[in-house]
Amino acid sequence: MSDALFSRVRFACEMVAKTACLMVGVPDYETYVAHRRMNHPGLPVMTYEEFFRERQEARYAVGKGRFRGCC
Amino acid sequence: MTLREKLMWTAVAVVGAISFAVVALTRGEPVNAAWLVVASVCIYFIAYRFYALFIVTQAYGVDARRVTPAYRHNDGLDYVPTNRYVLFGHHFAAIAGAGPLVGPVLAAQMGYLPGTLWILAGVVFAGAVQDATVLFLSVRRDGKSLGEMIRSEMGPVAGGVAGIGVLLICVIVLAVLALVVVNALKGSPWGAFTVFCTLPIALIMGVYSRFVRPGRIGEMSAIGVALLVMALIYGRTVSETPALAAWFNLSGPDLALIIIGYGFVASVLPVWLVLAPRDYLSTFLKVGTILLLAIGIVVVRPELQMPALTKFVDGSGPVWAGSLFPFLFITIACGSVSGWHALIASGTTPKMIENENHIRFIGYGGMLMESFVAIMAMIAASVIHPGVYFAMNSSAGLIGVDPAHAAEVISGWGFAVTPDVLTQVAHDVGESSILSRTGAAPTLAVGMASILSSFLGGPALAGIWYHFAILFEALFILTTVDAGTRVCRFMIQDLVGNVVPAFKATESWTNNVIGSALSCALWGYFLYQGVIDPLGGIWTMWPLFGTANQMLAAIALILCTVVLFKMKRERFAWVTIVPTLWLVLCTVTAGLEKVASPDMRVGFVSHALRFGDAAAAGRIVAPAKTLSEMGRIVFNDYVDAALAALFTAIVVSMVVYGFIEARKALRNARSTTVEIGGAAVAAQ
Repeated sequence: MSDALFSRVRFACEMVAKTACLMVGVPDYETYVAHRRMNHPGLPVMTYEEFFRERQEARYAVGKGRFRGCC
Repeated sequence: MTLREKLMWTAVAVVGAISFAVVALTRGEPVNAAWLVVASVCIYFIAYRFYALFIVTQAYGVDARRVTPAYRHNDGLDYVPTNRYVLFGHHFAAIAGAGPLVGPVLAAQMGYLPGTLWILAGVVFAGAVQDATVLFLSVRRDGKSLGEMIRSEMGPVAGGVAGIGVLLICVIVLAVLALVVVNALKGSPWGAFTVFCTLPIALIMGVYSRFVRPGRIGEMSAIGVALLVMALIYGRTVSETPALAAWFNLSGPDLALIIIGYGFVASVLPVWLVLAPRDYLSTFLKVGTILLLAIGIVVVRPELQMPALTKFVDGSGPVWAGSLFPFLFITIACGSVSGWHALIASGTTPKMIENENHIRFIGYGGMLMESFVAIMAMIAASVIHPGVYFAMNSSAGLIGVDPAHAAEVISGWGFAVTPDVLTQVAHDVGESSILSRTGAAPTLAVGMASILSSFLGGPALAGIWYHFAILFEALFILTTVDAGTRVCRFMIQDLVGNVVPAFKATESWTNNVIGSALSCALWGYFLYQGVIDPLGGIWTMWPLFGTANQMLAAIALILCTVVLFKMKRERFAWVTIVPTLWLVLCTVTAGLEKVASPDMRVGFVSHALRFGDAAAAGRIVAPAKTLSEMGRIVFNDYVDAALAALFTAIVVSMVVYGFIEARKALRNARSTTVEIGGAAVAAQ
């Protein structure tokens, strides 16, 4: 497999994985870390485990207007 | 447009028109499902390329340079600028559910053509327009919810009325979806065993992702799927071992009580333990199965056995009562237009949109995809023998419980079928009987089993595919029951909290227990009433659900229209006014007929009067067996009539508010709507 094709396949797989995670309410962790580093330097950054728990709670926090699929 | 593009789109239009002509005009001989798929896909592409583009550029005037909430409030969590394909997946997974699968199957009683026409026309001119417009409005208002937008654009009273509407639809949705599960699992040890197994599987997954390998979604889902497949295969052994089968051979009322109890317990447990893991599993299973079914239909290209039109277009059908107008448009529900989507399009999606240009792809395109799911459900319901379809979807009160009698009744309707066919289908899918399995999930499962087993596994695997389909529907319906009970609880707390402020504290465990109990009692009441209904429940409940859902869609479209007027874009307001008028016409007509129709098959009041009069004279009218059952039927009829009247009143009052606001906006020479962002922010 040529390098170009290989990197393209890898990119596609990453996109599918990201889509699957966002489908269950977990956005990209790398993006979060990059955002914190860039915009809030010096402030604490959640570990992946903390990030995951925060997102899991948030997905079902109805009070913030998060309705879930029904039909 | 270049010449090449012009030629290409002309070709798409011609292919679509030819396929559509084949679908619509063939009579007497079976049509291949491929024609239906090609016709639908061509229509979707043309609608997306031309109508949707017109709407976003002309009617909304989207601005690609405008800063979206995802950038303005970027926090890496809720507000994240997200790749549009990734976000499309997220949005589609959030809107897709049981609605587009159930509605078209029920609509197939009139033949596949009327339902298909409405699925296509409805999505292009109403459903997708609603989803995209609400998404657009929310993007321009920092991702505000539908309720907040109605309050700020149309006033607090209109907001309150809409809020009551949302609570009601939530209660009815939960009841009717739970009823679909009950009807699919009653007297089916294999199905009940597999679905019950999802609870311990979810617990294992929950503990794994909390303590063993925190946050590893892929691993926990793989474990879940593996265990699920094992449960599915072992289910056959359970159903064939009488000692084990006895445990899982449950009656409808028992199942209803189990589900109500489950809904209560699951909604007070921490989310990581049961709700979240099962939600992950059901989301992946849902999307995977939809893709698999699409591949199956393309590979197998089955023939549609159901006629294009049946004699039941006159409203005498056994699956649901009522004539083509307005009840067909109520029955299809989510496959063509769904009010529920307005809640989702103003939920998490607007906070992640990178650019206003993506609204067309995510809002309009996502709904087209949902509509395609409805088309697939219509195909799955139409590939099975019409006699089998009616045997599965008519209540025991009409066809009895014996295959010989059922075959005779159904053959009498003009769908020739032998008792052997009915017992053979049941045997093939590993069930003892398929009669009166109303609620569409089993019908869809038989259709899916017939499509999927013809390219994966052959007839030997039909039983596995049937129960897989039941499992996939039950799994995400039960997740909805769990999540929906929480939504319902929150709304009750909000509503009651206005009177008793202490009740608003959603962190309080006592409040949650009381709130959950209240919301379970509310939907549980309608569920139980549906389960013991001698007419099969779906007959009564589905039209109520459909009316509620279309009512919410009408409310959302009224908001969209008002805002277009306020933006001084009233020249283009017809894009939302036309579907609004149609939905208002359908819901009001359906609501009034459900209350006041003299035909007691349709009207709740005339049904109640007939039973009330008979009870007063001391007579017992079938299907009731005792005088107390007579009393219950009368009481339930009045409850349902009150609900239908309330839906109608809500729609009418929203139309009045919408009209007042639109006229106010028209008199004002300047834009009166408050948008956030825009040129000033972009310039900073």
